Amino acid sequence: MARQMTGAEMVVQALIDQGVEHLFGYPGGAVLPIYDELFQQDKVQHILVRQEGGAGHAAEGYARSTGKVGVALVTSGPGATNMVTPLTDALMDSIPMVCITGQVATHLIGSDAFQEADTVGITRPCTKHNWLVKDVNDLGRVLHEAFYVARSGRPGPVVVDIPKDVQFATGTYQGPARVEHKTYHPQVEGDPAKIKAAVELIAGAKKPIFYTGGGVINSGPEAAALLREFVRLTGIPITSTLMGLGAYPASDKQWLGMLGMHGTYEANNAMHDCDVMIAIGARFDDRITGRLDAFSPGSKKIQVDIDPSSVNKNVRVDLGIIGDVAHVLSEMLAVWKAAGHKLDQAALKNWWGEIDRWRTRKSLAYRQTSETIMPQYAIERLYEKTKALEKATGRQTFITTEVGQHQMWAAQHFHFDEPNRWMTSGGLGTMGYGLPAAIGAQTAHRDALVIDIAGDASILMNIQEMSTAIQHELPVKVFILNNQYMGMVRQWQQLLHGNRLSHSYTDALPDFVKLAEAYGAIGMRCEKASELDDAIDAMIAAKGPVLFDCRVANLANCFPMIPSGKAHNEMLLPEDATDEAIANAIDKAGAALV
Amino acid sequence: MQPGSVYAIKEGKDATETHTLSVLVDNEPGVLARVIGLFSGRGYNIESLTVSETEHEKHRSRITVVTTGSPQVIEQIKAQLERMVPVHRVMDLTVTGKAIERELLLIKVRGAGELRSEALRLAEAFRARVIDATTESFVFELTGKTDKLDQFILLMQPLGLVEVSRTGVAAITRGPDAT
Repeated sequence: MARQMTGAEMVVQALIDQGVEHLFGYPGGAVLPIYDELFQQDKVQHILVRQEGGAGHAAEGYARSTGKVGVALVTSGPGATNMVTPLTDALMDSIPMVCITGQVATHLIGSDAFQEADTVGITRPCTKHNWLVKDVNDLGRVLHEAFYVARSGRPGPVVVDIPKDVQFATGTYQGPARVEHKTYHPQVEGDPAKIKAAVELIAGAKKPIFYTGGGVINSGPEAAALLREFVRLTGIPITSTLMGLGAYPASDKQWLGMLGMHGTYEANNAMHDCDVMIAIGARFDDRITGRLDAFSPGSKKIQVDIDPSSVNKNVRVDLGIIGDVAHVLSEMLAVWKAAGHKLDQAALKNWWGEIDRWRTRKSLAYRQTSETIMPQYAIERLYEKTKALEKATGRQTFITTEVGQHQMWAAQHFHFDEPNRWMTSGGLGTMGYGLPAAIGAQTAHRDALVIDIAGDASILMNIQEMSTAIQHELPVKVFILNNQYMGMVRQWQQLLHGNRLSHSYTDALPDFVKLAEAYGAIGMRCEKASELDDAIDAMIAAKGPVLFDCRVANLANCFPMIPSGKAHNEMLLPEDATDEAIANAIDKAGAALV
Repeated sequence: MQPGSVYAIKEGKDATETHTLSVLVDNEPGVLARVIGLFSGRGYNIESLTVSETEHEKHRSRITVVTTGSPQVIEQIKAQLERMVPVHRVMDLTVTGKAIERELLLIKVRGAGELRSEALRLAEAFRARVIDATTESFVFELTGKTDKLDQFILLMQPLGLVEVSRTGVAAITRGPDAT
């Protein structure tokens, strides 16, 4: 299907051929020909953001909530540099994204032309791959290659940089039929011998645990279904990283809650004491492992990951299986069933007995005693309300977050039963992610309830996207846990810097209700616990976008916590977190760590 | 303690090894920058780097890189290189063994009298060729393994060494088969 067309036409045609329905972007000089083509068609809907970074995070939210590739279109120079944060974010969290950037005309490259930046140079370390297309006849192929690379293997962001003269030039368009890539062929099937060995290792375990991550979500709904089947069949406890929440239902009795720095006591202790660890689509991030030389010292470790560089990177594993999670799990299940394996039930019962004892510590407990709203309580009420809504009407809830204490409280107290409903910036920790990501998710799921659980500091990083929500009638709800602090920064200052709260107090917050109204959205405020339920109901019922200013206890901190440089079994629990314990939780060596 | 982690309180004490990696890449713009960026971005060492197009019709280049690190870091480097989109294959010539490594050295030595004739005598002993000469200087060309070149440079130092240019290591496996 070779056809003659201009470069700009090729871009739009390639998007249509790739099944792209929505595109997030911001026009500018170097992409005007593409915008002119977008104007003359109605197959691809363009969502105009207010800053290019918003387009990037919206594309991430869109991708994460649908499993499809998110697409962003921005101009050269500042348009491209504003994309650097979302690209890095998507790379860290393995989000498939195609970002098309305009570039100055080829003969101007290198001349410091107006709005020129070395986009491929700048984005090289923050993309999975990138291309500068200098010949219009390469454009069709490169665009389809870009989608292939973004979604294949371990997904990630890619950039296609297109000079303006290439957008105007006419050439031959190559359709998506030719999928065979020259060099990039990630391994999806696991090694059968290793799968068999892994299954036998699991079958012989006395204290096994599943530790799953974002890779399960990325592998698709089938992977989550297979995981559930395998976990239930074996009776093994399961915990997950921040990125993997929802792959296994949080309402299930085998679920231990999230693990890691702010994970539950039972999840972290089970990780520490297990004898066989089955890591699936999880990369042993430092927020997960804590102190490495004390990480799960007595266990045999199995790791399933599509990215060979994730295996043995931070933690040595005994069995590394390279492959796609769904493929490998399906094989594991088949081998398990064929062999008629069953775990030692007495040992498993003992193991669950230990876990139940850890559970009695109730590490996520908090006290809601007065009219002052505890942030955990706010999340819990929000969760209960949305769950009731889904039960009554079938309306699904999608949650995005910003970064900080509110994010961890959301991960702890909002319980996800399905994959792709939870979008958060895990690896990079990007404040300002949540609102544009919510816009992306809402674009894909018009009728769903999409809530950005935010902090008062984070929300101001991309507040301008409220205007996008209004323009495109995307009724996102921003639920701000307002404690007037950069809460997580303050928490670390209390832990590490003698409670000297350097610049972590926001002295001049805007009036969020008036701010919402200025954008044309609905502003709400709640300061009393007794009024919270009604206020959340009103927020959910609102037809348009809402900024909800939920005033919470200012000095609440996020526990449990593994202080830096400590091991999984050295957690700081809420009831132990006295001022003195907080001040002495981290020793000198730990203080140097992030 | 594992290097490269924020939780690595103590520096890695694993013995470092030197490995020669042969990386077959698609010769597309920026591919060398990608490889070098990987090394600098992740804090890996480059002892030597040689790159040139080797198969023109297929647009392929071979990058030979000599690197040092603990066995775990070397494994990471290979895995990180392998997952780059334009990389066809990564071969660890130190592991496969039997590889031949050569490097080219150009060295300028200035001197007179006894020093000058001593430089020439040593050059002959090393089978270096004189490729430029003036009444007060020589440029020698020497091919060989890295340690041979190092040794020659060391010997030239007291004899009026002016400057050195080296290509870095090129390597290939022995025997009839392609790597």
